[in-house]
Amino acid sequence: MEAEAAKFLGAGLATLGMGLAAIGVGTIFGNFLSGALRNPSAADGQFARAFIGAALAEGLGIFSLVVALVLLFVV
Amino acid sequence: MASGSVIDPIHQFQIIDIVQLGAPGGVHISFTNSAAFMFGIVAVVFFFLTYATRGRTLVPGRLQSLAELSYEFVASTVRGSAGNEGMKFFPLVFSLFIFVLTANFVGMIPYAFTVTSHLIVTAALALVVILTVIIYGFVRHGTHFLHLFVPSGVPAFLLPFMVVIELISFLSRPISLSLRLFANMLAGHIAMKVFAGFIVMMTASGAVGWFGAVLPLSMVVALTALEFLVAALQAYVFAVLTCIYLNDALHPGH
Repeated sequence: MEAEAAKFLGAGLATLGMGLAAIGVGTIFGNFLSGALRNPSAADGQFARAFIGAALAEGLGIFSLVVALVLLFVV
Repeated sequence: MASGSVIDPIHQFQIIDIVQLGAPGGVHISFTNSAAFMFGIVAVVFFFLTYATRGRTLVPGRLQSLAELSYEFVASTVRGSAGNEGMKFFPLVFSLFIFVLTANFVGMIPYAFTVTSHLIVTAALALVVILTVIIYGFVRHGTHFLHLFVPSGVPAFLLPFMVVIELISFLSRPISLSLRLFANMLAGHIAMKVFAGFIVMMTASGAVGWFGAVLPLSMVVALTALEFLVAALQAYVFAVLTCIYLNDALHPGH
């Protein structure tokens, strides 16, 4: 296989990690919503915490985007 | 990367020299469009806040309530995640939040340059936060600050691993803080330009393409709305995470 082709394949594979991070973000907001519907009065206080969790989960997905970008543009 | 296509979605991130300031010691220094936009953002924020609060009336007008709302919003975020003690860092958090928010929104103006879509800018902002945490933590608590890396109530044989994990998590904070903002802005703007490019390509192919171009056009409209949400959300996330990291400097040790 050519090195160039392997680079593109690797970048494509690295983006799979972003889909997995999407599962994590979806889990956080899904659980937040189901909790918020059970106890709407407590929902506002936990809003920031839900976003922090989402941001941390998303950050790990972004690491895989960076791997893809590094493979495409730097290596 | 956009070989073969006329539309280059990366072009919007190009840094252009406006005034070259010479190259002392071989380091090329110039006033770029990025720097110009940063000065512009600071000027916009400065004049907005000064103008909005010039009257200081008891019953605020529209502009004054906007300024007061942004103050109250950031203040409640700081109090919520770093406690009342964290209010001494309010100027830092407020400046970061307003700068990132304005930079993200200015980037949404067509043909404008998105300052926060460059890693060096967001990395500099994240380093300001992390260096504040480290320096303030050591000045305030001395070596007690290192208790941040030693969770209490952990069995002795697990402790070395926990310390390593806590260290890695601490060191990855500036990386993830800067990358999150950078990657969100970069990816969003590239996606918008790619779909906008589809419109141009389809309309170029004749009458049928004109009807087909409705699809990418509606996609661009939806993406623009999403990008406005992301712009506000990422500024908020940046501010909240700053507060949480500052909380570690204020109250180290679990």
